[in-house]
Amino acid sequence: MDASNRGLLLHRLADAIERDAAYLAELETIDNGKPYAVSYMVDLPHVVKCFRYYAGWADKWEGKTIPIDGDFFCYTRHEPIGVCGQIIPWNFPLLMQAWKLGPALATGNTVVMKVAEQTPLTALYVASLIKEVGFPDGVVNILAGLGASAGAAIARHMDVDKVAFTGSTEVGHLIQQASGGSNLKKVTLELGGKSPNIILSDANMEDAVEQSHFALFFNQGQCCCAGSRTYVQADIYDEFVERSVERAKRRVVGDPFDLKTEQGPQVDQEQFNKILGYISSGKREGAKLLCGGGVAADRGYYIQPTVFGDVQDNMTIAREEIFGPVMQILKFKSLEEVVERANDTKYGLAAAVFTKDIDKANYVSHSLRAGTVWINCFDVFGAQAPFGGYKASGNGRELGEYGLENYTEVKTVTMKVPQKNS
Amino acid sequence: MPVNGAGVQQTEGSTPASPTEAKEDNMTDNVHQQQSDNGCNHQSPNQNHKPQHGDGPETQTLPMPVPDPPIQYTKLFINNEWHESCSGRKIPVYNPATGTLLCEVEEADTEDVDEAVRSARAAFQMGSPWRSMDASDRGQLLNKLADLVERDRLLLATLEALDSGKVFLMAYFVDLMATIKTLRYYGGWADKIHGKTIPIDGEYFTYTRHEPIGVCGQIIPWNFPVMMFAWKIAPALCCGNTVVIKPAEQTPLSALHMAALIKEAGFPPGVVNVVPGYGQTAGCAISHHMDIDKIAFTGSTAVGKLIQRAAGDSNLKRVTLELGGKNPNIVFSDCDLEHAVEQAHSGLFFNQGQCCLAGSRVFVEGPIYEEFVHRSVEKARGKVLGNPLLPGVDHGPQIDQKQFDKIMELIESGKREGATLECGGSAWGQQGLFIQPTVFSNVTDDMRIAKEEIFGPVQLIMCFRTTREVIQRANATQYGLAAGVFTNDIDKALTVSSALQAGMVWVNCYNAMSVQCPFGGFKMSGNGRELGEYALQEYTEVKAVTIKISQKNS
Repeated sequence: MDASNRGLLLHRLADAIERDAAYLAELETIDNGKPYAVSYMVDLPHVVKCFRYYAGWADKWEGKTIPIDGDFFCYTRHEPIGVCGQIIPWNFPLLMQAWKLGPALATGNTVVMKVAEQTPLTALYVASLIKEVGFPDGVVNILAGLGASAGAAIARHMDVDKVAFTGSTEVGHLIQQASGGSNLKKVTLELGGKSPNIILSDANMEDAVEQSHFALFFNQGQCCCAGSRTYVQADIYDEFVERSVERAKRRVVGDPFDLKTEQGPQVDQEQFNKILGYISSGKREGAKLLCGGGVAADRGYYIQPTVFGDVQDNMTIAREEIFGPVMQILKFKSLEEVVERANDTKYGLAAAVFTKDIDKANYVSHSLRAGTVWINCFDVFGAQAPFGGYKASGNGRELGEYGLENYTEVKTVTMKVPQKNS
Repeated sequence: MPVNGAGVQQTEGSTPASPTEAKEDNMTDNVHQQQSDNGCNHQSPNQNHKPQHGDGPETQTLPMPVPDPPIQYTKLFINNEWHESCSGRKIPVYNPATGTLLCEVEEADTEDVDEAVRSARAAFQMGSPWRSMDASDRGQLLNKLADLVERDRLLLATLEALDSGKVFLMAYFVDLMATIKTLRYYGGWADKIHGKTIPIDGEYFTYTRHEPIGVCGQIIPWNFPVMMFAWKIAPALCCGNTVVIKPAEQTPLSALHMAALIKEAGFPPGVVNVVPGYGQTAGCAISHHMDIDKIAFTGSTAVGKLIQRAAGDSNLKRVTLELGGKNPNIVFSDCDLEHAVEQAHSGLFFNQGQCCLAGSRVFVEGPIYEEFVHRSVEKARGKVLGNPLLPGVDHGPQIDQKQFDKIMELIESGKREGATLECGGSAWGQQGLFIQPTVFSNVTDDMRIAKEEIFGPVQLIMCFRTTREVIQRANATQYGLAAGVFTNDIDKALTVSSALQAGMVWVNCYNAMSVQCPFGGFKMSGNGRELGEYALQEYTEVKAVTIKISQKNS
């Protein structure tokens, strides 16, 4: 098939998803609990854009001809890797599916995708669209299953050439080991984070408070890149905390289909229990509970927007990924100090700094060990911009042109020629 | 290839005046075969596209021209509005197959160009909708435009065939397909134009922005009107520029229809302005304009030189040129002979020989020379001339009297200078601009027909003995656009293709082109490359930004 035709199929898929956006958004909300307004206004448009972005790359991923020493003609081909296993999580089901399928299919691979057992519905619907728009049989295969069985089977399969996993760091370790224990399949991982969000005293206060609130609470706190350590410079600390608490108290928790709702339920019992456990540890270890801290409704997995102040770096809530609506605010004095404390974590997914000072912005953003650094904003994503982690937050980058590299095998071809001509 | 096996048809009395008269059902498998043998590997009707997306019918029925097509758009398109010309003058637009007047369109001159440039400049201002639009949205607009072209494909192909004389099925399957694919290809690049961050020495943070150049003047020819339109606007718009484009005075109709689609797709006003006019007036106004930042021209080498001078004379606007060619097609005796004959034939006769890429000097190695000439003549004799709208016709008229005269004059010079006229050599039919497919053999390098670009259906076959000799002879020209090499020997293929001074070298094929692959000339065939990723460079201005930082961190 012409590469441009692969791109055309991806475009048609984007069109079909756009056509069925309202239905898919509804299904996503029913399955995951995120507010419908967000599914429809955020998740779905990003999904469509991701497929369109990669549709455009299909016939533009070019090898090179190379001026090698000697009487040879040398070029590279960018070939697909082969059969790619892809294991995706429950926090952004459709979006994670798009992030995985887009680059894999643009580059010509075939896919076996295991969707999260908590949220299989939208991915399976998209499978019907994949067939409708005309992808040949076998190019995309989508299975719902459990990690310990289906996921493990993919990770250790002797005929899967590559596995891409998004999920917890804990399972990431298992995937990497499984690759080593089977056929050394290529591995890319997008794992957890404990991302620092640094507020300097010259930041625009209102903006910083709102963005920091969003950075933590978006998607019920269920984001790998959540800004879950909010470092605030000493001279603005008290005001920042007061405003953040006030904002958290105003956060509307409720029925995800109510368009006024900002926060829906957590995804399941297991997550719900885990988050409540972290809240207890926070109280126990001496953090100051400023609002929330408990269950928000008498049925479903709703948790009150919770804010802890005076958090210390060694507390459990400051070190471990909570993945829920629990905000940690910590105080710092100097830039050097906060950079060191921000980097003092096994994770390295994202970070942010709020400041108007150009020097400080550059200093901090260049010093943080994180795959994405936001300046005066948070959670800004585009299909064009690569995303991924340093350290135990993963390896490899998704999105952008960089995303294609993970799905490519480079073949060098070198031919003898009778005489070199430069 | 001929539908009725009779060779060149003399269809007395069948005036191909109106497509409605020409409903003879000539759809046979032969016609099918001929579409996929055209040498242009863009497409064949059997592409594996889903039928619902309208890329072409299933193999049983061929598309038919729109009968009595409406010509809705005849004015200048400036700022998303239709304008009459300042001078009040109009350009007559003729059907070269019949000589009849199709319509008149408004003629742009200096004042109209000024207005178009003003509107393009306004659309380029910082803060304008175009400049503040997401790059991905620019891409979406180009994709939307591709969808609209696909919707109107039959109408555009009909207008194109009527306006330029090209065979309708070629217009549908080659020109329109390439147009759609080009728009989609560049739609995909829009948000992938990357600058870099750069490890500069010193305590600095440096990055580059790949900015649009600004207002781009674009002047396009009459041989592939709508395809040339797409080749020009797509990369320009993809990179964020605004455009003032002058289609050829002979063939303005498809460009004006495209203008309407551009507005329908949602491009903001002023982003694309279409101003049909003559070279010496509107074209000259563009190349001399002090507020046009870049000019892209496709046409003759003679005019290319004028454009370059005009740029130097005015504001040093950036210049890219796609000019003529006298392209060598080299056939070694170890090739697949039948394939080489076929490719050389279509490589010359495609579009009535009106291609900058035409393989107009066929060099054949001694041992197979006679056989090659014999088979080529047979193929040339087999072409079917007639109304280009009819299926079964594979050779239309030349574009106008001026071209016709020039070609005939060169044919006469060939006879006079002693080349062997193997077939053709005269006009065809009682009216107009048809020339018989013509083959000259025993051509020597010093003859005018071997040196000058004919731009007509005249194939020249010369003989060579050694590789070294043919490379030298192939390169002995001021042109350098394309070349072909036919051989099964890997060493010869690599050696000859490296040695030829040409922007495109085909091995065991000819005219194999697609939007992903860059296209352009060495030497006086032009400068700069169109298509592929390379085209983006021609529509980009690189800005390096260097910010002082307090401390370097690698």
